[in-house]
Amino acid sequence: MDRIADWPLPLDIPLPLPADSVLLQALLVLLFLWHILFVNLMVGGSLLTVVFQILGRRRPDFETLARSIAGTVTVNKSLAVVMGVGPLLAVNVYYTVYFYTANALTGEAWIGLVPLVTLAFLLTYVHKYAWDRLASAPALHLSIGIAGAALFLVIPLVFLTNINLMLFPGRWLEVDGYLSALLLPNVWPRYFHFLAASVAITALFLLFFFLRAGCPIESRLQTLDRAALRRLFYGIALGATGLQLAFGPLVLVTLPSQGMSWYLIGVITIGVTLALVAMHLMWREIVSPRPSAMPRAVAVFTLITLTAFAMGYGRHVYRESAIDEHRDLVAAHGREVRWEIAAAHWRDATGQTLVKVPLGQRIYESTCAACHAVDRVVVGPPLTEIAGLYRDDPAGIVTWTEAPYRKREGFTAMPAFKLGEEKLMAVAGYMIALGSGEDPGSGEDPGPGEDPGSDTDPGAAGEAAAEDRG
Amino acid sequence: MDFPVFHLDFFGNRLLIAVIATLHVLINHMLAVGAIPLVAFLEWLGLRSGDQRWDDLARRILFVCFIVTTSLGALTGVGIWLSTSLVNPAAIGSLIRVFFWAWFFEWTVFVTEVVLILIYFLSWRTAWARRHRRAHLGLGVLLAVFSWLTMAVIVAILGFQMDTGVWTVQPGFWTAVLNPLYLPQLAFRTPFALVTAGLFALMLTGLFTRGDREFRGTAVRTISIWSLVFTPAMLLGAWSYWQAIPERMLANLPTALTTLTFTDFLEPLRLAILASVVAVIAVCAWGVAAPRRLPALVLVVPFLLAVWQLSYFERVREFIRKPDVVAEYMYSNGLRASDYPLYREQGLLTLATYSPVGEVTEFNRHEAGREMFRLACSRCHTTHGVNGVVEKLATMYGWQDWDHATIDTYLQSMHNARPFMPPVPGNDAERGALATYLIDLRDDPAGLAGAQSHGAMPASH
Ligand code: HEC
Ligand code: HEC
Repeated sequence: MDRIADWPLPLDIPLPLPADSVLLQALLVLLFLWHILFVNLMVGGSLLTVVFQILGRRRPDFETLARSIAGTVTVNKSLAVVMGVGPLLAVNVYYTVYFYTANALTGEAWIGLVPLVTLAFLLTYVHKYAWDRLASAPALHLSIGIAGAALFLVIPLVFLTNINLMLFPGRWLEVDGYLSALLLPNVWPRYFHFLAASVAITALFLLFFFLRAGCPIESRLQTLDRAALRRLFYGIALGATGLQLAFGPLVLVTLPSQGMSWYLIGVITIGVTLALVAMHLMWREIVSPRPSAMPRAVAVFTLITLTAFAMGYGRHVYRESAIDEHRDLVAAHGREVRWEIAAAHWRDATGQTLVKVPLGQRIYESTCAACHAVDRVVVGPPLTEIAGLYRDDPAGIVTWTEAPYRKREGFTAMPAFKLGEEKLMAVAGYMIALGSGEDPGSGEDPGPGEDPGSDTDPGAAGEAAAEDRG
Repeated sequence: MDFPVFHLDFFGNRLLIAVIATLHVLINHMLAVGAIPLVAFLEWLGLRSGDQRWDDLARRILFVCFIVTTSLGALTGVGIWLSTSLVNPAAIGSLIRVFFWAWFFEWTVFVTEVVLILIYFLSWRTAWARRHRRAHLGLGVLLAVFSWLTMAVIVAILGFQMDTGVWTVQPGFWTAVLNPLYLPQLAFRTPFALVTAGLFALMLTGLFTRGDREFRGTAVRTISIWSLVFTPAMLLGAWSYWQAIPERMLANLPTALTTLTFTDFLEPLRLAILASVVAVIAVCAWGVAAPRRLPALVLVVPFLLAVWQLSYFERVREFIRKPDVVAEYMYSNGLRASDYPLYREQGLLTLATYSPVGEVTEFNRHEAGREMFRLACSRCHTTHGVNGVVEKLATMYGWQDWDHATIDTYLQSMHNARPFMPPVPGNDAERGALATYLIDLRDDPAGLAGAQSHGAMPASH
């Protein structure tokens, strides 16, 4: 559905936003970045833990590292969850209709997060706290770690699919089930973009973590020294950041054009430039023979942080412009309906209920009754005759009315009416019932006080409401 | 209306929320709000007496709390959100608009709580904690305060759902927070958490002190006293809460307690509740009087009874606020009472964003009825599963003669006959269509699929 006029047009919650929208957006972007930092550390950490544990089967030093990293994962995963609540709150309140719609459409995966994340957390606890106890069953222990890491790979995908789906109201009606939402453009490139970022950020974090003053790890390592650790983690960070040179452009080109702008491209370009500088510094660190001072690591860290800000902000710019126009429509529609609600409420409170005439009757009276009557020829044949012909085939009336032809001697031709299937079916039913001598109202009883032209409208309010129904 | 309708047609949407929320409340009250002060208290006993066994017991209890609260506890907390926003987005969306800053504040408290429990637990056996035992204990006290604060904020929202107080005429953040049920509910939940945390700790003590009968006796006695001390406050809180429940809700109480089928068991049930409270007190009294003669297995009983009591309490609380999800503002079906007149004039389906049929005609009555069911009933009923509507109707009319007029008449008066259900929204034709659908449903085992598997707008044929 490319035309925005065809997109679903829900009503937003009719209560005011709890704060200025700029403040909410700022909260959203900043809190989200803060949250995603810990998510990165959780996902990257659990991946590196199992990779190092596997390497540790040959070189025990890696197992020592793995064990240490596992200790950070159990902390970072707790922070990832709590830090997620803030941005979740902001998304809920600022993108209410968009977010909840995406949630419902991917409902099973969405609620599945609760058991999945719980299980992932329990597995990381077992992996960490049973390290010694399971020393005699290393395969089992490793499998627990791998299972946890695998879950951590699945979980972000669910969130990402939701945040992606929410931006495309034009696709909402196509989605049936989580898997179909996974196939929307941009999901997979973004996912790999995220994974690479997780590994890069975690490697930088571990660099600080292991090389900080007073870190006891060095005394526990047999062959690796500080310089080797430095090269190792810079190498991982550089490699993962390098992959972004492929994933990044892929993310950009798979974005639907709907929200694209030069401003956005500008923001992204700044981010990329900063990342390139950071990559250059990392490279220098790897090749330089002298152990570097911390300041260069700080520079790398700062640059990468700024890159993350640029990307996070760019994301938001895209998000806003992608749904901008639709949001205006939703707002306008909302104002209209709210107004009708108020008018109807008023009529109800003052005992002036408008009750409407069924569709079939309305079309009949406004369109067909000019030439047809129940039991006599006006211009066309009477309904008694029509009912006789079509009693068991109401759809035949639809076909006829859309394309009538000359059938009866001595009659003029009937003009075609292309009113759409729904209306024509309604009028067909009404005509057949009326022509068969049934009370056509019984099926769709309009209730007491039926009176289409009721004069009880409270002035213009009621009239506009009545208009709209025509 | 405005959101695709997520629906679990066997398990039921209510049950999904109930399971997640109850688990969360159990963990929050017993293993956080109540348990942390108790752990700090035990740590303090160790510090004062110099007996390392107190310290060990405190740490082991905390270990269990730590593992459970930071996994299942945290996730069920988030899960309440995820599930309510699936099942009733209009309701949670409205609540968040009103309570955004309360939730935001609660979140900052929650972050602090998690950071504190990480430090409190992970530093327990470090050299730092050995050297600064008082500072470590201080962390525990601080953590206890923050745990309580998170609950104190959330209870405001729960109270608001039951009684909005003056908010409907005087909307605003503080009028919403200080709703009539807030303080009574807090006055009940706080001592309840403290008492039941004691029961939980008693059970663990039985497990953790297996090798040391002498210390087990001392510990069991101490913790029993802890639970007994807060019991009077808990009973008083329960009483004040009871007094604050709005009159109209008390009418729902018999059904809330027993379900319609079992209303006859009301009296036995009341006795059972009373008996379970007495049993808990009795075991604790035994724990004070003759702790060493108390078998470890018996220590499990008060804990299980408390789990049952709390789950039951939550069910009743959730039930008696029906038919509203936000008292006198929004029905449990997510529709605002104020919008009903327009639905009646224009029809519910023409206004529903995702209904494949608009007006009811001769030929779309089944579909129209299905969409009516989706919008008006499916938040509380499944078709053939838990609280299934077919079975409910069969209970009333048997399996044979469901004539249209009878069912239609029932739907018309449903709200008056069973005040815990909202009135059927929409116009008469739509209500007639719903009756048609309900009758068709009896012979159609297929039921109703939700948006999560069949999309926002199910095909009309
Ligand atoms: C301008 C006059 C006119 C209007 C308006 C009109 N009709 Fe007719 N209708 C005729 C005439 C004339 C015939 C007979 C045509 C013939 O038999 O050749 C006819 C015949 C029919 C028949 C019989 C077809 C058959 O197979 O014998 C149907 C059904 C019918 N009209 C439906 C409708 C419906 C529905 C509408 C309103 C949407 C409508 N008509 C509006 C003039 C009209
Ligand atoms: C607020 C939640 C809620 C909504 C919405 C709701 N119901 Fe119910 N309904 C209940 C509960 C709860 C019961 C009682 C279950 C029990 O304890 O047996 C019930 C019972 C019933 C019964 C049996 C009543 C009796 O008197 O024995 C029928 C029939 C029924 N519902 C139909 C409907 C239909 C049709 C709709 C939609 C128009 C609907 N309900 C909407 C909650 C709801």
